[in-house]
Amino acid sequence: MHSDRAPLTLKLAAAGGLLFLHLPILLIFVYAFTTEEKSFAWPPPGLTLKWFAVTWYRADVWEALALSVRVALISTVLALILGTLCAAAVSRTRFFGRETISLLVILPIALPGVVTGIALRSAFSIADVPFSTWTIVLGHATFCVVIVYNNAVARFRRTSGSLIEASMDLGANMFQTLRHVILPNMATALVVGGMLAFALSFDEVIVTTFTAGQQQTLPIWMLEELVRPRERPVTNVVAMVVALVTMLPILGAYYLTRGTDQVAGQGK
Amino acid sequence: MSAVTFDKVSRHFGAVRAVDGVDLDIAEGEFFAMLGPSGSGKTTCLRLIAGFERPTAGDIRIFGEPVADLPPYKRQVNTVFQDYALFPHLNVIDNVAYGLMIAGQGRKLRHNAADEALEMVRLGGFGARRPSELSGGQRQRVALARALVNKPRVLLLDEPLGALDLKLREQMQEELKTLQRQLGITFVFVTHDQGEALSMADRVAVFNDGRIIQVGAPEDIYFRPEVPFVADFVGSSNVLPAALVARLTGENCPAAIRPERLQLAEYGPIMARVTGLSFLGLTTRVSFETEGARLTALLPQDAPRPLQGDLVALNWAEGDLHLMRPKS
Repeated sequence: MHSDRAPLTLKLAAAGGLLFLHLPILLIFVYAFTTEEKSFAWPPPGLTLKWFAVTWYRADVWEALALSVRVALISTVLALILGTLCAAAVSRTRFFGRETISLLVILPIALPGVVTGIALRSAFSIADVPFSTWTIVLGHATFCVVIVYNNAVARFRRTSGSLIEASMDLGANMFQTLRHVILPNMATALVVGGMLAFALSFDEVIVTTFTAGQQQTLPIWMLEELVRPRERPVTNVVAMVVALVTMLPILGAYYLTRGTDQVAGQGK
Repeated sequence: MSAVTFDKVSRHFGAVRAVDGVDLDIAEGEFFAMLGPSGSGKTTCLRLIAGFERPTAGDIRIFGEPVADLPPYKRQVNTVFQDYALFPHLNVIDNVAYGLMIAGQGRKLRHNAADEALEMVRLGGFGARRPSELSGGQRQRVALARALVNKPRVLLLDEPLGALDLKLREQMQEELKTLQRQLGITFVFVTHDQGEALSMADRVAVFNDGRIIQVGAPEDIYFRPEVPFVADFVGSSNVLPAALVARLTGENCPAAIRPERLQLAEYGPIMARVTGLSFLGLTTRVSFETEGARLTALLPQDAPRPLQGDLVALNWAEGDLHLMRPKS
């Protein structure tokens, strides 16, 4: 007979696994409050909030944060436009090479970031494009488009095709149908895709190192900070902020998509 | 006046001739059924009227006006879709009022009209619900109200009752018929269910392989099929092969006879062996085998019942045997 209870060893293993995954993150948070600034000694000799103030007055942190937010916003907007259009083309029409295009769009997320990074870097240098915010944005857009595309394609697939016909049957032209039927039905999928794209772009390191030139996004800045220790806990404070900023949209996306299966798919 | 006319209309998808040279003339105020197996072209015909498909060849007119260049949103027809296609992001009242909203009617006016339409399909008070909170039958009524509120001159219904269970289907058949008579709108209605077509429509067009095989009143289609396909598809008439008919009547063509018109008799023109019996409630279905043909009879419950393997004589009344002479 099957028992519904898991054996004790399995429970212990699961607890161990979870601890292994999450304890280091907890450590990062704890060290943001330590009084010791050169090395990370355990246990922390004392707790303080002063690093939050120090971080607040560091111009380089703000610069990096501003760049990261700007890059993430632009990449997300780009991805929303391109990803949705691409998804509409692939799921609404049949044309030669449709499967190929679908694969090519998804490829960047399967490709190791190093390869994408090197490829973009050499392409930029061949084309003589100077590194700037826009080269970072381009690098990030490659995978952000995929995220939006995947979400949009799934929603298009679940949205009954006859909704568009029904709208046109009831007197709406293309634009009215887009505004009153297609966009409202796509809304949650696009919000979710956008949030995920933003979060991915915000903490991206690998592609950025190849396409950033002299500018530092927040993750790159953190990497540099680890190499030359100066007011080390500042890095931990930033790490905490980054974790919260990227986690919230992803959790939000998770809650938004839960239970939407019935919303878009109910045709039959 | 004709509501819809087809003049040699074809719609080909590559090599597939979905609709192949169809002539059609649907009168104003008529309840017209297009009946046929799946893939016979009936739904494509409906989509041609709605404007979702363009004809490859031929000429379609709606109330005399050629509609070749009119997109769906400029035609005075509305469709009840097979899957209802209710907008999931709108509640029931906004679904029904959608057409009026697009036409630019104010919120209050269109909600009043939508309320009336919902009342008409006996869904008053359901306006605030979401389509996902309704049962299949209720969704079907909302789809109906959403189409009718626009006062179309022709209402197209694509297998509207297909997704409903038997009891609901019979009830909706009655309601649709009553509604059509009240409103006087031309209904064009696609179905693969012969019972539905016969019981609801004023006229039925039987489709097969992209062509119309026969058009006529339900009685004509049922009792006087012109070709074996119609006899077989519409309520499974017995089709007697030409050789047998030649012996019986002297005419060399196939003939049809309804199962309920075959009688067991002391003497009869056909001797047949009983191969199966099944009890259906009001009647008993008996299968026979004779001279290379398989026949079915529906015997009333009070008629004497043969036994499996019996050799019996079959007879019928004059005029029940319908000859299907080839058209020259």
